[in-house]
Amino acid sequence: MTGRRGGRPLVPAYLSTGGVARPSRPQLERLTVLSGSGELAPAGLPAAQLALLDALRGGSLTVMEAAALLELPVSAVRVLAAGLVDRSLVLARAPIPPAERFDPDLLKRVADGLRALKHN
Amino acid sequence: MAYAPSSTTSGIHLPDTARELVKILIAGPFGVGKTTLIDSVSEIRPLHTEERLSEASVPVDDLDGVREKSTTTVAIDFGRISLPGGIVLYLFGTPGQERFRALWEDISYGALGALVLVDSRRIDASFDVLGLVEESGLPYAVAFNSFPDAPRHHTEEQLRAALDLEPGTPLVTCDARDANSSIDALLALVQHLIDRDPPERR
Ligand SMILES: Nc1nc2c(ncn2[C@@H]2O[C@H](COP(=O)(O)OP(=O)(O)OP(=O)(O)O)[C@@H](O)[C@H]2O)c(=O)[nH]1
Ligand SMILES: [Mg+2]
Repeated sequence: MTGRRGGRPLVPAYLSTGGVARPSRPQLERLTVLSGSGELAPAGLPAAQLALLDALRGGSLTVMEAAALLELPVSAVRVLAAGLVDRSLVLARAPIPPAERFDPDLLKRVADGLRALKHN
Repeated sequence: MAYAPSSTTSGIHLPDTARELVKILIAGPFGVGKTTLIDSVSEIRPLHTEERLSEASVPVDDLDGVREKSTTTVAIDFGRISLPGGIVLYLFGTPGQERFRALWEDISYGALGALVLVDSRRIDASFDVLGLVEESGLPYAVAFNSFPDAPRHHTEEQLRAALDLEPGTPLVTCDARDANSSIDALLALVQHLIDRDPPERR
């Protein structure tokens, strides 16, 4: 495309990551699914970890949902959940199998699902 | 079952059928209609997290310690739509100001794309967010929310020029208060993702 016509400044090329360079890739994504493993929590577990375990009794939650429910920053839930995963008290599952990301078939199913939501 | 489903739970837990979780960012300046759009289509009451602007790592020993931290925070709204076949679509309301850059990068990780909302009363308020989206390389569509007190009418041509959109970038008019209108805006984005040729990230 030719130069900017509007009043919006150009994005300098050196700032563009092209959607790939993510320097600090988090281990647990916001949409990583957390579920209780069913193992008995050992005595002396920190209160915050217990609170997260408790929230998972009713079913699975994403990191984001757990943060909203516990009123904690996402960064804190990541730390809590990682600790519980290390103790095998919580299972963590990636939001989508890596190979399926950007799969055209997945996108088509999203579009079909959205279309089905209309007119009801 | 020890934990029978009941109306006392807020319905926040994931359905057992949930298999593939995907997200789309609903991005735009303050007051443009991000929460309204998410609310109009979400199956759960929109939730939010409080996010620190600087992603400093804090030791987490107990809840109180974390809550007491006084730092500048911003609320990130999100909603959820369960689609047939185990797909769960999350919508993340994302403020687009330049000072949210670090947060933006964290939130946009793994997103399918962004729907950028533009306020008809102040188009230039969306320049920052358009810059952030382009830098992150996320594919996007633009939804123009028309407000009754907008100063003047814009033709699509004028809007595209003012926002400096690529010819292939979808631009739709949207009323975020209307579910069908919001779904149409989301569909414009998803169709754009399908049509991209060739897909940039595979
Ligand atoms: N006419 C019209 N009004 C809208 C539309 N979308 C939102 N509004 C109204 O605009 C106001 C602000 O909308 P919000 O959804 O709170 O905006 P927001 O982007 O979440 O704002 P922040 O969270 O403060 O950044 C509300 O009173 C909405 O009812 C729209 O598409 N058309
Ligand atoms: Mg809002």
